[in-house]
Amino acid sequence: MDAANLAATLATHSARVMRWKPWELAVWALIWAAPFAAPQHAALINEIAILALFAISLDLILGYAGIVSLGHAAFFGVGAYAAALLAKHLHPDPLLGLAFGAAVGAVLGALTSPMIVRGSDLTRLMVTMGVALVLLELANKFDGLTGGADGLQGVVMGPLLGVFEFDLAARTASVYSLAVLFVAFVLLRRLVHTPFGMSLKALRDNRLRVAAIGLSVQGRLAVVYTLAAGLAGAAGALLAQTTGFASLDVLEFHRSADVMLALVIGGAGWLWGGLIGAIAFKLMHDLISAITPQYWTFWIGLILVLLMLVGRERLFSPRQWFKRGGTT
Amino acid sequence: MLTLLFDGIAYGMLLFVLALGLAVTMGLMNFINLAHGAFAMAGGYVLVLLMQRGGWPFLAALPVCFLVPALLGAALERTVYRPMYRKPHLDQVLFSIGLTFMAVAAVDFAMGSSQQNLQLPDWLRQRWEFGSGAAMLGVGAYRLFIVVVCVALALGLQALLTRTRFGSRLRAAVDDPTVAAGLGIPVNRVFLLTFAVGSGLAGLGGALGADILGLDPSFPLKFMVYFLIVCAVGGTQSITGPLLAALLLGIADVFGKYYLPKLGGFIVYTLMIVILLWRPQGLFTREAR
Amino acid sequence: MTTTRRLVTHSALGALGTIACAAAGLLTPGFAAAQADALKIGLILPMTGPFASTGRQIEAAARLWMAQNGAKVAGKTVELIVKDDAGVADTTRRLAQELVVNDKVVALAGFGLTPLALAAAPVATQGKTPLVVMAAATSSITEASPYIIRTSFTLPQAAIGIAEWAAKNKIKKAVTMVTDYGPGIDAEKFFVDRFLLNGGTVPEKLRTPLRSPDFAPVLQKVRDAQPDAVFVFLPSGQGAAFMKQFAERGLDKAGIKLIGTGDVVDDDILADMGDVALGVVTSHHYSAAHKSPANQKYVAAFQAANPKMRPNFMSVGGYDGMRVIYKALEATKGASGEALLAAMKGQIFESPRGQVLIDAQTRDIVQDIYIRRVEKVNGALYNVEFDAMKGVKDPGKNR
Repeated sequence: MDAANLAATLATHSARVMRWKPWELAVWALIWAAPFAAPQHAALINEIAILALFAISLDLILGYAGIVSLGHAAFFGVGAYAAALLAKHLHPDPLLGLAFGAAVGAVLGALTSPMIVRGSDLTRLMVTMGVALVLLELANKFDGLTGGADGLQGVVMGPLLGVFEFDLAARTASVYSLAVLFVAFVLLRRLVHTPFGMSLKALRDNRLRVAAIGLSVQGRLAVVYTLAAGLAGAAGALLAQTTGFASLDVLEFHRSADVMLALVIGGAGWLWGGLIGAIAFKLMHDLISAITPQYWTFWIGLILVLLMLVGRERLFSPRQWFKRGGTT
Repeated sequence: MLTLLFDGIAYGMLLFVLALGLAVTMGLMNFINLAHGAFAMAGGYVLVLLMQRGGWPFLAALPVCFLVPALLGAALERTVYRPMYRKPHLDQVLFSIGLTFMAVAAVDFAMGSSQQNLQLPDWLRQRWEFGSGAAMLGVGAYRLFIVVVCVALALGLQALLTRTRFGSRLRAAVDDPTVAAGLGIPVNRVFLLTFAVGSGLAGLGGALGADILGLDPSFPLKFMVYFLIVCAVGGTQSITGPLLAALLLGIADVFGKYYLPKLGGFIVYTLMIVILLWRPQGLFTREAR
Repeated sequence: MTTTRRLVTHSALGALGTIACAAAGLLTPGFAAAQADALKIGLILPMTGPFASTGRQIEAAARLWMAQNGAKVAGKTVELIVKDDAGVADTTRRLAQELVVNDKVVALAGFGLTPLALAAAPVATQGKTPLVVMAAATSSITEASPYIIRTSFTLPQAAIGIAEWAAKNKIKKAVTMVTDYGPGIDAEKFFVDRFLLNGGTVPEKLRTPLRSPDFAPVLQKVRDAQPDAVFVFLPSGQGAAFMKQFAERGLDKAGIKLIGTGDVVDDDILADMGDVALGVVTSHHYSAAHKSPANQKYVAAFQAANPKMRPNFMSVGGYDGMRVIYKALEATKGASGEALLAAMKGQIFESPRGQVLIDAQTRDIVQDIYIRRVEKVNGALYNVEFDAMKGVKDPGKNR
């Protein structure tokens, strides 16, 4: 099999995989219908879309590059602050702010990526967490710029595309966030099926082998990390723009933990995981905290423990409950 | 100056006892247990319950603060932790975060969300001062007590590991569980015991620290980072590594807050990142295995 | 490959199932049976997380007000909708939006922390809905929206009281120690300004990080500065640990007095603090031991409804906040928006804390600030008031 032949085979293979399946189209149609069918929940839909984008970006480094991170909020947070500051001091256009937030996130990702290519899982966990903590302290210290613990006030967004004002019912916000999520999803879907994306999957499964083929492991990891950081920055920018402020909370540990939970509920390592997880996580949160506002974390914790102990596919498919063993 | 050094050492020692169990679990079972702080919290609440509602004296209550979390740890190890050993680190992290969430909410439900207060006996509230000026050394009885207890624990554990049959089995199991099992060492039982002791130590640390660190349901999440720093910086292959790391952390934290208060929280985190970039396997580990 | 594919379909189906169930639950009407003639009040509080005690105190007080005054105002039924924001600002904002847009509340209330109140401020402005701040205490909050009314207190208000008292009571040199965030910085600034004005000196201004596990180093610094007193502001909850270490370090024996705003000796936790708190002098707007018939009635009713709790300053903010909303609704016959806001401004009434006024210009509360000392009353610790500054306006506003 010569190279040209191989390339052709690969191309047809990707084309086959690339084709949208009916259920994918159906789910997206449902998602797009949501803000119009349930306008009273527009604000929640907006939050879900933002969390989904954030979770998908985490999935890139966790599901595809196999990096365990508990500090992904670092990028989300700088994106949020970048977008908010831009709107406050320079220009109120949302799309400009979105691009700026994503860019700042990506730059931070590129800068910190050398830190995560070495060491064990524990080391990575600690370094990612450490970076987020240092940023949190920085944001708290430079309160002249960030507003410190009181949050950054006075962020007034201009209308989207110069037409759609951000209304109180959050309709504009929800459609805007969904659109950004959709674009990111389509782009990533393409990326995952390129040769580069294939090599990422190989990287996840067997790092040594990828190195042996002669591909640069470190370079690839750095690229993925930067890309993921940029997407997380975009998610942060969306949050800052649709809520009209940014506070230290965007850098807190619970952000990193929540997005990890959402991703795990949906399943890491496939693009739909972040999306489905975000929807499930937010709806569960809303429902459980409506029933028991003080102790909802207990149930989230229980779900997580069961999920990890039993394994996802056994938890969600009754046919497997009665089989012994299982491959998780 | 000397006072600060003493305070730093006491703080570091406390962190050491709190984090030791985690270091052992990581080194021995290669398991990242973020729920470690929950066992520490359990120890703290046992102490509060015994002293406030049971009217126990402080010293009599301490061993129970070791025992209850140890039994709890043993029970959990048998039931839920063991199936998680073979799973990837990510699953372990999430599983133990889930456990932590449950513990936080459960304690909140049972004990309320406010800070718990302990009334230490009078003999632990004294203070001695020597010298004056910059060389003054102020020693609080309770911190001295903590240092003494922790040093005794460290020495005891070191002896346990190097002098006893259990210790040699444990070290064998750490080095190569498969071969150890082949030699007839009951690896599972060794793991169980170790996990129980580690959880018990955490409980004891939580009880000792309740007065200094404060105790409320968010304790496991608040101090999780500190335990992890001790393990990451100290490495998880010996007792001395985490000990030195904890002392370094305690002293750096106290001195930093005194001399560079503007930098507040940075010092510890930045120090950790720098150390980990320089020695990803930890500061006090033998070269990569 | 097949296994992965099966896995993916399974998890997709499973997850989608979960979502469908949850969505169905959310979309069914009848969650809150909407009554056409209901007046809804949206109470957003931190019920979980580190500031849960604030939420619980305020919720208990609001429910107490409703229990005492009935749920009928101007012929309509008042409905209290309590929402938990867990102390997360963007959640606060979303809840505020949903309450205004979907539930059509006549007023938003609650708000445990400054950033939470600030996050919701634009919603009040856009939705033309009065927003009653029952706890958050940074001075600038009422300036964030023309629809904000405050019934709690402001930190500058509390801080100048103790600064005045200290200057008159042989305290010449004071060190400040505050938590390094908005309210702490507010407290530090106003204490120092007033104290210097009265001829005192402040050799050190210390700040501790919000997550400060060990006070040893800052306390050592206080000790080395050898002041007559140390002024403390800490978010309630950290007070107990601080006092203990203060005593343990022998600062009291070294002749350093502990003074501060009432947050360090919060009634919510004072009873468990132990004897270390005895003799601490603070200035605040409310103590459960305040001597007035109105307060004695309030405390008795509160404890009858919540046996394990002692009402603290947060609860009074909640109780009075409900009062302001009720009286305004009565005056406007249940109208909302601008009219309701106008009816809230300028209310003067007898609160459990004493006479208060909602200043019509600043929409902030004007109240007496008491100087109190921790003493044992019938075997339990209380803040016993022994001096007062009358009718204190928020000093943060006349800059």
